[in-house]
Amino acid sequence: MNVSISSTSEKPIYQQLIEQISAQILKGELESGYCLPPIRQAALELRVSVITVKKAWEELERSGLINTVTGKGCFVADFSSDEMLRIRNEMVLKQMESDTSYYKSFGLTLDEVIELLKKIY
Amino acid sequence: MLALDIRNLNKKYPNFQLKDVSFQLEKGYIMGFIGANGAGKTTTIKSILKMIHIDSGEVRILGKDIAEHEIELKQEIGCAFGGLDFYTRNKMKTLTDVIKKFYKNWDDETYYNYLRRFKLDENKKIAELSTGMKVKYSLALALSHGAKLLVLDEPTSGLDPVARDDLLDIFQELVVDGEISILFSTHITSDLEKCADFITFIDNGQIIDSSEKNEFMESYRLLSGSESQLHQVKEQLISYKTNSFGFTGLIHTRDFDPSSDVRATTPSLEEIMIYYAKKEDIYV
Repeated sequence: MNVSISSTSEKPIYQQLIEQISAQILKGELESGYCLPPIRQAALELRVSVITVKKAWEELERSGLINTVTGKGCFVADFSSDEMLRIRNEMVLKQMESDTSYYKSFGLTLDEVIELLKKIY
Repeated sequence: MLALDIRNLNKKYPNFQLKDVSFQLEKGYIMGFIGANGAGKTTTIKSILKMIHIDSGEVRILGKDIAEHEIELKQEIGCAFGGLDFYTRNKMKTLTDVIKKFYKNWDDETYYNYLRRFKLDENKKIAELSTGMKVKYSLALALSHGAKLLVLDEPTSGLDPVARDDLLDIFQELVVDGEISILFSTHITSDLEKCADFITFIDNGQIIDSSEKNEFMESYRLLSGSESQLHQVKEQLISYKTNSFGFTGLIHTRDFDPSSDVRATTPSLEEIMIYYAKKEDIYV
């Protein structure tokens, strides 16, 4: 598992953790059954607070990406490609939502946004 | 379980007063205690350790009331107060031999490990130690008797950046098993941004907020904008600064309308402290 944290980023650290780990799971880099390091161990190694890691792990569990087995640890969940697609779309939509409010603040219409997007995509 | 449970602490001095100080620290976590000079950090810490008499209130440590179980609980507490100014003409070794007798669970091996880690020579006299070395020595003492709760007053002040970083590493290693809890006061807020789980903010003898670090920081927004924008939000601001380009000010997130066009960012702990200090200036 690769994680790199930027303390100067505007994004909260737990958010950075969630994004990086879920991206690795969804790309298949972390396979189902992969055991995540224990919360306190991860906090120590990443030099972040225990609560930050706890929050990230909880959020990953809520979105269905990992499972907690009491007494054993957190494991990457076993899911079908359909489910994977659904979770991926959910995440992308979340990002789009915040981007959209930015576009809207300039008064852009959907067609205008799509036109602009085509230029860079 | 709560490692530390403080309720309605009151202490009145002629020119200063702790007012209904209450906060809780869960076992296994690190809490940073912040506030300006004279805000009441040391007074609170001294009250926790029964080093001063409080007028009213309750302090429970590891589930027990310190008023009733003081001697027993002090075995479980490691404390350090920046400087060290007694028996200064004795060697560290001599002083340690005296201090260790008070602790049932004193561990020489741990103690010597910390001396090595801090690069301290125990044959040096206290008077010969630099400020940073005194801090390190008192930390070595606090960490060597199997304490379950560490109460440290400004442990990072006087330390160089390398030593501070190393100390924060030690803090995180200590809490890794979830058995030890740490309360430390500081005004070097970057230390806390790295490792603290909870933040308790005291200002003028009153607790402004005690919560999880991220929640704490996200409950404030730092606004910046033009003078005309200032008028829209002026009433809700905790305090603000103006210059010829516009203004910057601190606001509670709950008072801020996110759809407003004023630029808002999450403030650092330092910025929160600074704007609170400014708030008092306005009323003076």
